[in-house]
Amino acid sequence: MKAPLSWIKEFVDIDLPLAELAHLITMAGMEVEEVKFIGLPMPAPGTLDAKVTGLEWDREKIVAASISEVLPHPNADRLTLCKLFDGEREHLVLTGAPNLFEFKGIGPLAKPLMVAYAKEGAQIYDGHAEGLVLTTLKPAKIRGVDSYSMVCSEKELGISEEHEGIMFLADDVKAGTPLADVLGDAVIEVNLLPSFARCASILGLAREIAAITGKPLKLPKWDEQPPAGKADFCTIEITEPKNNPRFTAGLVRNVKVGPSPEWVQRRLKMYGMRAINNIVDATNYAMIELGEPLHAFDYDKLLKRAAGKPVKIITRAAKAGEKITTLDGIERKLDPFTTLVCDEAGSLSMAGIMGGLETEVTEDTTNVLLEGAVWNMINIRKTAKAHNLNSEASYRMSRGVHPAMAERGQRRCLEFMRAWAGGEVAPGLADAYPLPAIDPAVEVTEKDVKRWLGIEIPALQMAELLARLEFKVEVSGTSVKATCPDHRLDINEGVVGKADLVEEIARVYGYDNIPEMRMADTLPPQIGNPVLVKEERVRDLLVALGLQEAISYRWSTPEREAKRLSPDAEQDNKPYVKIANPLAYEKGFLRHSVLASVLDVAERNARIRERLAFFEIGPIFLAGEDPGGLPDELKRLAVVLGGARSAVGWQAADTGAMDFYDLKGVVNGLLQGLRLNDVKYESGEHPSYHPGKCAHVLVGDKQIGVMGELHPKVKGNYDFPTTFKAPVLAAEFDLDLLIELVPPLYQTVDVPVFPPVIEDLAFIMDEELTAEKAEALIRQTGGKLLADVKLFDIFRGEQIGAGKKSLAYKLTYIAPDRTLEAAEVSTMRNKIIKRMEHEFKAKLRG
Amino acid sequence: MAEENVLQELEDALVNGLEELKSIANEETLLAWRYKYLGKNAVSKHAFQNINKLPTDLRQLVGQTANRVRVELESALAERSESIKESALAASIASEKLDVTLPGRPLTPGRLHPDTQMLRELYRVFGEMGFQVYRSREVETDEYNFQLLNFPVGHPARDMQDTYFVEAGERGDNPIVMRTHTSPGQVRSMREYAATNPENPPAIRLVLPGMCYRYEQTDARHETQFDQIEGIAVGEGITFSNLKATLSDLARRLFGQNVRTRFRASYFPFTEPSAEFDVECFLCGGKGCAVCGGGWLEIGGCGMVNPNVLRNGGYDPERYSGFAFGLGPQRIAMLRYGINDIRYFWENDLRFLEQF
Ligand SMILES: [Zn+2]
Repeated sequence: MKAPLSWIKEFVDIDLPLAELAHLITMAGMEVEEVKFIGLPMPAPGTLDAKVTGLEWDREKIVAASISEVLPHPNADRLTLCKLFDGEREHLVLTGAPNLFEFKGIGPLAKPLMVAYAKEGAQIYDGHAEGLVLTTLKPAKIRGVDSYSMVCSEKELGISEEHEGIMFLADDVKAGTPLADVLGDAVIEVNLLPSFARCASILGLAREIAAITGKPLKLPKWDEQPPAGKADFCTIEITEPKNNPRFTAGLVRNVKVGPSPEWVQRRLKMYGMRAINNIVDATNYAMIELGEPLHAFDYDKLLKRAAGKPVKIITRAAKAGEKITTLDGIERKLDPFTTLVCDEAGSLSMAGIMGGLETEVTEDTTNVLLEGAVWNMINIRKTAKAHNLNSEASYRMSRGVHPAMAERGQRRCLEFMRAWAGGEVAPGLADAYPLPAIDPAVEVTEKDVKRWLGIEIPALQMAELLARLEFKVEVSGTSVKATCPDHRLDINEGVVGKADLVEEIARVYGYDNIPEMRMADTLPPQIGNPVLVKEERVRDLLVALGLQEAISYRWSTPEREAKRLSPDAEQDNKPYVKIANPLAYEKGFLRHSVLASVLDVAERNARIRERLAFFEIGPIFLAGEDPGGLPDELKRLAVVLGGARSAVGWQAADTGAMDFYDLKGVVNGLLQGLRLNDVKYESGEHPSYHPGKCAHVLVGDKQIGVMGELHPKVKGNYDFPTTFKAPVLAAEFDLDLLIELVPPLYQTVDVPVFPPVIEDLAFIMDEELTAEKAEALIRQTGGKLLADVKLFDIFRGEQIGAGKKSLAYKLTYIAPDRTLEAAEVSTMRNKIIKRMEHEFKAKLRG
Repeated sequence: MAEENVLQELEDALVNGLEELKSIANEETLLAWRYKYLGKNAVSKHAFQNINKLPTDLRQLVGQTANRVRVELESALAERSESIKESALAASIASEKLDVTLPGRPLTPGRLHPDTQMLRELYRVFGEMGFQVYRSREVETDEYNFQLLNFPVGHPARDMQDTYFVEAGERGDNPIVMRTHTSPGQVRSMREYAATNPENPPAIRLVLPGMCYRYEQTDARHETQFDQIEGIAVGEGITFSNLKATLSDLARRLFGQNVRTRFRASYFPFTEPSAEFDVECFLCGGKGCAVCGGGWLEIGGCGMVNPNVLRNGGYDPERYSGFAFGLGPQRIAMLRYGINDIRYFWENDLRFLEQF
């Protein structure tokens, strides 16, 4: 909402500097987004907390001037020379303004033309440039005539886009007056939140300013028209009062359609609307001033449609298949919920949104029927959305207008039409008001204010604060009964109404004036969030293991996610949760796989880093049992590794490519860190992985995830640079399950007091025997005294025969209560050797 | 041999020994010198070995002289040996000088995503203020995302939050949506707490973090998927002045002990009174700069929980009151670290992530 300062000042006196005023408006809930200066002095940078634009007019160099005669230019048809007096001396000023042609060569003017005059050195906008380009007037010769100053258009002064001709001032302005004193203004643009619908008008803003600055509000006169009498020009029938609580109509006869007064046009333009003609301008002006959208019909066209019968206005819902051509020339198919203004011949306009083309006011209109009505905001919003039609009317009607404003806007606008377009206002107002507004009366007490705000405000002061916003207030003891004024719809009944009033009290009192007090309330039960604690532990462990955390978009596409699966394997056939209104197809599906997200991350970074190590924790989304219900949100952990084991530096380091066992180191580090016992890795298969390099990870008998080297075809699905030859390792875990399995506590063992006995044993065994089985047997046989078994070498070669491998272990024996004897250890060793031979045919390597 | 000769030999050995020692600069030559002057063939050693062959009256003098010569040579040796070690060490140190400007061995530490780091800091600060973390789902019903939060169907307040809808068949006025804010968690948490004791629901102090979604085009300042953390306190004596104190405390913890805050009137359907919460710009100290404009940074929205929302959560609004507020962890991180584009967060480019 844009509001020219001069217009606001019609309703409230303002003696604050603009920066301070803007601050107060912002603090009261209507954020000032921009202040556009039109001539007035601009504040120092940083002193006004909003975007500051516009042009300050030099008081010496930009002044009012009078033109007494318009002379032809000796060498150019399209230029004129004006005999101009600037209050000090007379100049001959060159101009090409087409709106001076009618005065050219007719000799001295009977009545001088008052114009805006910029002298040499004045800074104005270049009227011929695209957009706003500042320029300083310098002497020049145009077609042989000296030119150093100019008569200005609105665009050149930053008032509007208008550059068709020069601007005229009121006749009573004195030549030489600084133009800033005549037209200087500032347009304040505020961001109106839905609860401030009442402020979508100059009067509404002025009311708030009056309340927060403590100045009286000067209400406009809205009882001048129409003359008393019975309205005989039309009847009104409202079929659905819920959608049309009130409809008023007035009539002005014998108007002369033409341009509005200059000042009216200028204000409309400052607000941001075009000036059309005095009738349309009157409806717009009244709407901006009071917030009530109005619509003018050509009454003669209505009479013609009625074909001799009296004019009858009917408001109703659109019929099936009904269409209307609106003012903008577009034929619109109407939904059955759309509310229409009709007569007995059919539809006239889309109620509260836009008028119809057929009955619009034109140059030839002489009799005008004026509609001032209110409509249901939900209904209007629905229609406006369906047609993507955001008009000034629908903006207000879809936020709610009080029915009392229909009458006020009607009366005010009739007077504007009379004043600006002549004619006579017909007596009486046709007024159908089947659903009268109920203005809630709410009782609010000092205790309520204390309970919500934490401060004590005496009832009398509460009443005074509310009265500034035109609430009708009655004080009794510590209680105030406040009745909502009949221009707003945002105050409720009951306890919500109390909250509404407390907010209004706090706003006018000033949030700044409410002190800060720390909570002294009862503490809540301490419940904790063990799932989050464990999830954060997972993050910490993976970071400690050298991985970078990623967080991705939750959306993807089935095609993009299918890249994580080998084309030969079974595909992901689970239905996707789809966004009904995605910004783009690429953002249209909620992901099924966090692994797919992390693979995308790895792919993106493979060009900039030689080592990739990422993880992500987040939800995947699967359609639930009920396709119309909420999807399942399941938490997953995905890990991706690839490339150099260590970063490349200038010294030799292990920069070989990471392989399955690097991944296993990470996975094992994580699971050990989570104190998960009974972890098993079983050779397995999965559509993402190399069939020989894939493991299912189990805790007990529960599978928590799958890990492996990406299937070469899967790696090929991603755009890794050709230089990135290393395999890509990946794992994905069911984090919900994993977290469930993490024990809340774990036990430690004592630090050994007695020295360990350490010895190496190597066994030659069949290739098929897994390391896991071999180690399990050694551990089982060693029992409690065998504290640790560490594999430190694997050897294959001719010496030990084909199909064989040698695994070398470092065994650590410790007794908690004594130093072990050599004989004890040797007995144990022999037992191990014997069992390995017996169970696995594994021979001790000499 | 003449007796005088013995004495002279001893004196000569002393003088020569000391003289020779002066020019010795390494351990090997020193060893040779030692062998020569203090070894088993040394003059002093001979003197002792042959002392019995001397006349009795001379024995004492020769013995004393030999001893003096030996002691003096030994002490000179010790001194020389020490100085040679010192200079050898000095030479070795001098030869071992490194170019300390060469890069260190590159380690590859893991890192948390900056958003996680920010959230953890917020959890910690809020935790100290008594707020526990409560998480809830990202795909929601219209009912939880809007209606129970006092956004009626078709209400203009819905225009404040452009919404993604999820395809879910015909559900009338209760479609499935991507949550536009973490506030559905307000009602979910209140209902969960109230269920434990419906007659006397317990007090609540929670923070609700999580991913939210708005249907809007992205640019450097706007993200269609973003993170939010919301706080809610409900009890029998929670006031707007408590809200101001809580958020001002938070601002001091996050932005510095002297930072000022301000509360501007605003509108959210689920709070009343509602406010915008601004913090004095910590980049320019409130003087006004390119980031803040007029000296204040918008940090979040807040207000007293609307009575309808309390009621929907199972808390009697005549008895209980509460406040709620919402912040953007990404926005805070952007302000703090001068991040110029919000889209960096979920793009996961290492050149961004490695800076945290
Ligand atoms: Zn700043």
